[in-house]
Amino acid sequence: MAKNTTDVRRYPGFFSFTILCLFLLYTPLIIVTIYSFNDSKSITTWGGFSFRWYQDIFYGLEAAKFKTAAWNSISIALMAGITATVIATSAAIGMIRGEPFKGKSLSFGLINLPLMVPEIVSAVATLIFFSAIGFTRGYMSILLAHIVFCIPFAYLPIAARLEGIEKSYEEAAIDLYATRWKAFTKVLMPLMAPGILSGFLLAFIISLDDFIITNFVKGAGVETLPTAIFGSVKQGIKPNIMALSTLMLLVSIFFVSLSYLINKLGERTGDKQS
Amino acid sequence: MTDSSPLALEVSHAVKIYGALPNAVKALNDVSIDVANNEFFTLLGPSGCGKTTLLRMIAGFETITEGSIRLFGENIENLPANKRPVNTVFQQYALFPHMTVLQNVAFGLTMLGKSDREANGIATRMLDMVQLGEFSNRKPTQLSGGQQQRVALARALAPSPKLLLLDEPLSALDLKLRHAMRVELKQIQEELGITFIFVTHDQEEALTMSDRIAVMSNGELQQIGTGREIYEEPKNKFVADFIGETNLLTTQVESIQGANAVCVVGNHTPLECASAGGISIGDTGIISIRPERITLTKPGSDATGSNLTGTVKRFIYLGTDTQCMVELDDGTEIHVRVQNAHDSATDFDVGERASIKIDQGAARLLVN
Amino acid sequence: MSAPIAPLNAKKNPNAGVFDGIGLWLLSPSWIVIGVFLLLPVFMMLIFSFLTKEFRGGVIWEPTLAAYDQFLFDRGLFGDEPPTIEWTYITIFARSIWQAALATLFCLIIGFPTAYYIATRSARSRSVWLFLITIPYWVNLLIRTVSMKFLIRDTGPLNQFLMSTGVIDSPIHIVNTNFAVQLGLFYSYLPFMVLPIYAAVERYNFALSEAAWDLYADRWTTLRKILIPVVKPGIIAGCILVFVPSLGAFLAPDLLGGAKTFMIGSLIEEQFKGNAGNWPFGAAASMILLSMVLIVLMFYARQQTRAQAGAR
Repeated sequence: MAKNTTDVRRYPGFFSFTILCLFLLYTPLIIVTIYSFNDSKSITTWGGFSFRWYQDIFYGLEAAKFKTAAWNSISIALMAGITATVIATSAAIGMIRGEPFKGKSLSFGLINLPLMVPEIVSAVATLIFFSAIGFTRGYMSILLAHIVFCIPFAYLPIAARLEGIEKSYEEAAIDLYATRWKAFTKVLMPLMAPGILSGFLLAFIISLDDFIITNFVKGAGVETLPTAIFGSVKQGIKPNIMALSTLMLLVSIFFVSLSYLINKLGERTGDKQS
Repeated sequence: MTDSSPLALEVSHAVKIYGALPNAVKALNDVSIDVANNEFFTLLGPSGCGKTTLLRMIAGFETITEGSIRLFGENIENLPANKRPVNTVFQQYALFPHMTVLQNVAFGLTMLGKSDREANGIATRMLDMVQLGEFSNRKPTQLSGGQQQRVALARALAPSPKLLLLDEPLSALDLKLRHAMRVELKQIQEELGITFIFVTHDQEEALTMSDRIAVMSNGELQQIGTGREIYEEPKNKFVADFIGETNLLTTQVESIQGANAVCVVGNHTPLECASAGGISIGDTGIISIRPERITLTKPGSDATGSNLTGTVKRFIYLGTDTQCMVELDDGTEIHVRVQNAHDSATDFDVGERASIKIDQGAARLLVN
Repeated sequence: MSAPIAPLNAKKNPNAGVFDGIGLWLLSPSWIVIGVFLLLPVFMMLIFSFLTKEFRGGVIWEPTLAAYDQFLFDRGLFGDEPPTIEWTYITIFARSIWQAALATLFCLIIGFPTAYYIATRSARSRSVWLFLITIPYWVNLLIRTVSMKFLIRDTGPLNQFLMSTGVIDSPIHIVNTNFAVQLGLFYSYLPFMVLPIYAAVERYNFALSEAAWDLYADRWTTLRKILIPVVKPGIIAGCILVFVPSLGAFLAPDLLGGAKTFMIGSLIEEQFKGNAGNWPFGAAASMILLSMVLIVLMFYARQQTRAQAGAR
């Protein structure tokens, strides 16, 4: 390739940094994925390719524990994700389409408060709150805590989408005799759908991934996948944990890709017509 | 229909104020208009003049601060937009991108409680009317700008509104299409006999389509009248200047003869001007003269003309016309337009002296 | 057929904007949920930090400054000796700040060129690069930290690789060192640095760089004097997004570090573990952490407003 001396954008060496960055980000994940297929019982020596640790997750000694934890994780993530998405959609319409009012930036700050407070502080505060009001720690307390920190994650893509939709669509619906509810369900919601869906997916992943807050508010006996993994890792990294991690990795990648694709498709249809 | 009142729309003393008092903005100041049934009525003005605010107020998207809006004799200012039998063609059309063309057109009918079959039947007829019947299953984004424009029109007309509001509907189209649509819009309006209220900043658009035009500026109504009235008898400087091209010369009234005033222009040349009345000797004012109603002659060749003379400064070739800039003896510059069909336009050389002849009744005195 | 005129509404003001008048109603669920389950708990945490500790965890409702006193002063085993400065916790906080700052610096060194490179790709390949950067962000932090631990263990693949290639003879001990924690923090929050800088560079008008070249600046001078000052708000945002979570990080120091690498997050967690903890002290440490974060965020908000004012 000829040396490019006219391109003001090019900085030699930046490409190497980019490759280094991706290398650093992906190496540990790839290594764990590879070793999760290690047939050897000792996790450090390679003993050939096998699915035995994947079988171990589903049929091994800890299978029941993982199954309960997985069920807790997924059901909480679903409910927290859906609730947070409904609340965030409503909030986004209120913020962006509602009448102006004093304290709008305060309201924005409140919605995004879970992003600003360090996770460990949220965890401590929530634990103290539940214990002070005498709320039994367990499934419900995890769910409530998850709804809170999922709201801003759902809010951001939904609000971004709504800001890209011109007001005249709702106005046209109202002009054509739709009630406000009909204008929302028939016109605004279909247009917001990609944002709502990607907001939900992000909230879902964030809930599925959370460890710190869950660890504080879960109480005895209730485990989610991350807390179960953490408990296990504390006694040393076992090969079945690597298999479980790889599965969770794939689930995360799947949902992020889905959210990304939905947004891409959404961009192509129904954006501002100008 | 309560047809006891012949007026389709009466807006009385409409005031619109945005914001609270210390930094409140008055977008409309005491605007009153009456629109007759079946009229093609245009709100014309530069951007920010309040025309869109007024239209949105009639549609029900802006709350009226003071005043009233009556539709066929009934007050509608307290009705929300979805209860007003008024439909809008939006500037960027606002066609619902997730619905087909047919669903878009049928939307209003469905919302009014029509069955899907009936709504689709009417919608299909509307689409046929705008010659888009074959596109009914397409999505709006698959149509060209002109086609989208017609879908928007069909959608707004489908529920048979008592009033159709059009917010600069042609501004997004290219020039050729815009000209074609002007004719089509006017035809549809005449066929359906629905009152149209049309907002535009394009004076040519307003002149070609409208029965009557309301010229607005700074939230106030400047003049209402037919295109001819507004062009030929502008009430004030703004209207004269905004509609078409004109020469504006400051002057003083010397004497009054009936409805006409004799004013002094150039180097003390008296000029007879038409005026709206209400003037007295000594008043200062502005004379508006359309450039196409001025002719240049060789000095001394025409005895019947006025004594106004000047020097030809520059020619600008405009295709159908040539514009000629002439400096009067007192230094003011005026524009003269001559059709290129005549040879006379270019008879002059730059720097040559010319005698300036103003058509009978072409000069208009504007006091404000 | 004609649309009927509906009967006059009794309501004085029709709702002009489609969602005018119900905006506050739509917002209220989010306010209530976050207000009750986050804002109120933070206030209760503040109150708890001024209460007396119960030995089996929890609190006795007696106001005291003991938690904050314990943080700063050593009064001997029975609390009757003259107070001397207690360095243990101050050291932990100082170490946390130092670690977070270092992590921020390393993320910046790697993140800036990466963000710049991605932002200057063609629109299509840009979104692929960006997608590659964002995936690790969405992968469970616990899993990522465990993966890092697995990689750098004494008997892990990294040491095996280095030994097999003959670079080293015996494994390097990385786990349980400050360096391991540092690496964990860097690894956890690197994507946070890339994204805001990317957004800033993407908006950057390269005509500015061309103008600088035209006026005889070279590539690196242009970078230093034009590009970096212009995209500074993005750089600051990236630094804060890395610094703030690093400061309160729990997983990296807990899994990759040891007793000597204790950070605020682990200190707080310890106060609530089982029956051995000290809730008021944990609440006080959390309050101090929260205050530090809020100071950083206020500084950031100030910067952003100034940047916006400057842009106008």
